[in-house]
Amino acid sequence: MKIHLTSEKCQGHGRCYSLASDLFDSDDLGNAVVLVTGELNADQLERATVAANNCPEYAIEIGA
Amino acid sequence: MDKQPVLDFATDFDHTDPAWVADPYPIMEDLRERCPIAHSNRYGGMWVPMLHEDVSAIANDTDHFTSRTVVVGAGRPTEEAPPAPIGVAPPISSDPPFHAIARRLMLPAFAPKPVNALEGFTRDLCSGLIDKMGDNEIVNAGVDYSQHIPVGLIAKMVGLPQDQGDLFRGFVHTILEGIDQPMEVRMEMFAPIEAYIIKVIEEHMENPQDDLTSFLIDAEIMGQKLEPSHIFGTMVLLIVAGIDTTWSAIGSSIWHLAKNPDDLARIVADPSLLPSAIEEFLRAYAPVTMARLVKEDFDFKGCPMKKDDWILLGFPAANRDPEFFDRADEVIIDRVENRHAAFGLGIHRCMGSNLARMEMKVAIGEFIKRFPKFELADPDAVTFSQGQVRGPRNLPIRILERA
Repeated sequence: MKIHLTSEKCQGHGRCYSLASDLFDSDDLGNAVVLVTGELNADQLERATVAANNCPEYAIEIGA
Repeated sequence: MDKQPVLDFATDFDHTDPAWVADPYPIMEDLRERCPIAHSNRYGGMWVPMLHEDVSAIANDTDHFTSRTVVVGAGRPTEEAPPAPIGVAPPISSDPPFHAIARRLMLPAFAPKPVNALEGFTRDLCSGLIDKMGDNEIVNAGVDYSQHIPVGLIAKMVGLPQDQGDLFRGFVHTILEGIDQPMEVRMEMFAPIEAYIIKVIEEHMENPQDDLTSFLIDAEIMGQKLEPSHIFGTMVLLIVAGIDTTWSAIGSSIWHLAKNPDDLARIVADPSLLPSAIEEFLRAYAPVTMARLVKEDFDFKGCPMKKDDWILLGFPAANRDPEFFDRADEVIIDRVENRHAAFGLGIHRCMGSNLARMEMKVAIGEFIKRFPKFELADPDAVTFSQGQVRGPRNLPIRILERA
């Protein structure tokens, strides 16, 4: 499973990089950047899912 | 003031009605069941969606709804005269495509890195305010604490003197709470604000500083310096949007903890709960309601909206929608899934959200560190602001334990 970020949907709420700072970061504008683009391990998957479930804009999906 | 009390919020909605100001949540619940989009002939015509789905749809539909003005005023707006004295305050009052340009200019100053650099300043500010409370058994967490924190931060960022909090709060009050005054009165009340900000800009032109005022003076969009009205409007925005809002969010959080000793004890015992608690306080007590104007006559979900009708875009109502949130009316400080809309939805997401969160984390963290047990000194004495920013203003707290 991987993190899929739809940048056009991201409005920079910053929930993902607050919740999982090793998986997401902020760019200079406050919008999300994915730090781990490959397959997620179990621990990463759990936290990436929490981040995805807190995005107000539904910009993050976890999938194949 | 001669204003008719609201008899039915579904057809005669007024967000300045004392019943709404005192406790809007049962009214939201009632409206959600009966009529998910309330209407009013007040303010020249206004629609008030109560469901998350509708708030989200309108916030994301910049084709049919304009942000030309975001504070509901006493009358119908016209093209010539912006209806609210806040006037044009880019980017909050901008629509695409200019919105993105004006917003991009300001966003770097509010990204996590520059905001986190202000944490030490914020901590000193908060602990200084607590020191000033001395050994008093009863402290006012609104008047003596919450209201000073965002003023200090905004003054530092914009480059305003630190000792003029009362002045800025007066400005904000005029703009946000005076909404039921006639337009002429509001324009008159706005004159000293205008004069003050122009003076600040002039001083910065003579003597540039490392702050947002000098940044705006030097900024360019496509090789052109900003129009003076743009600089002025953005400064109004920074002062107005940055003060009442965070003050309300900090105050509502302390109000909740004063009423819920179990939540307070849990966070004191395990401060790692604070970030999720803050998100939950933002959801349950979202301070900010925005407005939009209908661009052209338009039928939205069976509502015959007319050009220049107001939309009161209630993020607090969206955040309490049980269709969208489990146990929406309960405050669950370790809520795992919380896609709250306290900072808005769509392209106008609050520019200062990182700043607001940092201020909340430090302000609430310092307060509970120094006062690990407290309660409301007099629940009936707690008063709330009226208008589009909701939060406790008078908040007497009895300190039960000091660290």
